[in-house]
Amino acid sequence: MNKKTLLGGTAAAIVAVVAAGVGFADIRTGDSLVINGEIQIVTETAPPAFLEGVFNTVYSGWVFRTDETRAMQADDFDNPAMLYVEQGQTAFDTPMGTEGKSCASCHDNAESLAGVRATYPKWDAAHGAIQTVEMQVIECQTERMGVAEPYGYDSQQMRNMVALIASVGRGQTVNVAIDGPAADAWEKGREIYYTQYGQMELSCAQCHENNYGNLIRADHLSQGQVNGFPTYRLKNANIVSVHNRFRGCIRDTRGEPYAIGSPEFVALELYVASRGNGLSVEGPAVRN
Amino acid sequence: MAENIVPRVRVPRDAKAGDVVSVRTLISHPMESGLRRGSDGNLIPRQIINRFTCTFNGATVVDVTVHPGVSTNPYFQFEAKVDASGTFAFSWYDDNGSVYTDTAEIAVA
Repeated sequence: MNKKTLLGGTAAAIVAVVAAGVGFADIRTGDSLVINGEIQIVTETAPPAFLEGVFNTVYSGWVFRTDETRAMQADDFDNPAMLYVEQGQTAFDTPMGTEGKSCASCHDNAESLAGVRATYPKWDAAHGAIQTVEMQVIECQTERMGVAEPYGYDSQQMRNMVALIASVGRGQTVNVAIDGPAADAWEKGREIYYTQYGQMELSCAQCHENNYGNLIRADHLSQGQVNGFPTYRLKNANIVSVHNRFRGCIRDTRGEPYAIGSPEFVALELYVASRGNGLSVEGPAVRN
Repeated sequence: MAENIVPRVRVPRDAKAGDVVSVRTLISHPMESGLRRGSDGNLIPRQIINRFTCTFNGATVVDVTVHPGVSTNPYFQFEAKVDASGTFAFSWYDDNGSVYTDTAEIAVA
C-alpha cells in the first residue's frame, strides 16, 4: 500500500518536471515586465538562428529572479541603479577635457543615444576593431574632448555613463551584428564561450546553456544574458559591468581571468550579446 | 563620499480625504558603518543617517532611529492617512551634523 503511494507520488513528480521543462522546476516563466508602467520589456523570445536546437526560448536574467527583485526593476524609484544613472547624467552634461565640451555638446541629450546599447558591441571601421560602449566613451573622451585621463574601463564613472546610455535604450530590441567584419571576433567569442577554464574546467556553456534554471549553491543559474548590463547587483550594492561579471565567472572556475577590456572579453561580450538578440535592452537591471 | 547625497521622495499627487497613501523615500548615502577598515588598515570613520523623520502639516508621521546595520542608500516606505491637503516634510540627520530635507505636496479632495 505504502509502496504504491510512493510510486504514484514519484510518477506525478516526474510529470510535473517534464511539464515545466528541464531544469525549470521552480522558475516561473510567462510573466511580463513593464518598467514605469510604460516601457514594455521582452524577457522571453525565440532564440537567434545559430541557437536553434540549443534553446527553445531565450530568457532574460529577470525571469530567474525572485518576485521582490523583479519588482525593484519595474519602477525607477525602486531601482537602486537609477542613482548611478543620475550621476551619469550629471557627468554627461558637465564639460571635460581641453576642448571644453561635454557629451551633451555633440549628442544634445542622452535620449539621442537610445539606439546605442542595443547594437553594441559593434564593428568600428575607423579603428578596425569591435568596440564596446565603454570603448566608444573612451574614444570620445580622448579623440574629441581632449581628456588626458579618460575613464577607466571599469571605473565607477564609466559604469555610471554606460548605465545612462543603457537606461535610455530600455525596451529597444537587442540586435548585435555577427556577420561581415564582426564575424571573426564573434567566432573567437564563441570559442571562448565553449572553452573550459580553470581548475574546475568549466565553460560558460556548462552552467548557462546546459544548466540554466538549476541551483548553483543557493541561486538559480540564468542563461547568462547580458541585455540587463550594467546590472545593479544587490550583493555589491553597486552597478557591475559585463566584463566584471565575466571576470567573476572565470575566477569562480579557479581560472586566470582575461583582463577587463581585453580583446578576448570584447569578443566574448559580442558573442554573448548576440545570444540575446531579440530580448529587450534592460540595463540597468536589478539582479542578485 | 559626502557628495552626491540627494534625497528623493514619492507621494501620490492627490487622494481622497481619509485615504491611506503610500509614501516612498530614498536618500543616496554611503552609510559607512564605522566597522570597516580601509586599504591602510585603519577604521573608516562612521558616517550614517542616524535619524529619519516625516511630518505632515507639522504632525509627526514617523520618527525613525537608524543604526549602522542599515545599508547604503536607505529606502523607507510607509503609509500615512491624509485628511486634508498639505505638505509632507522629510528630514534625514547625518552623523556629521548635516540635515537633508525634502518636501512633497498632496491635494486631498
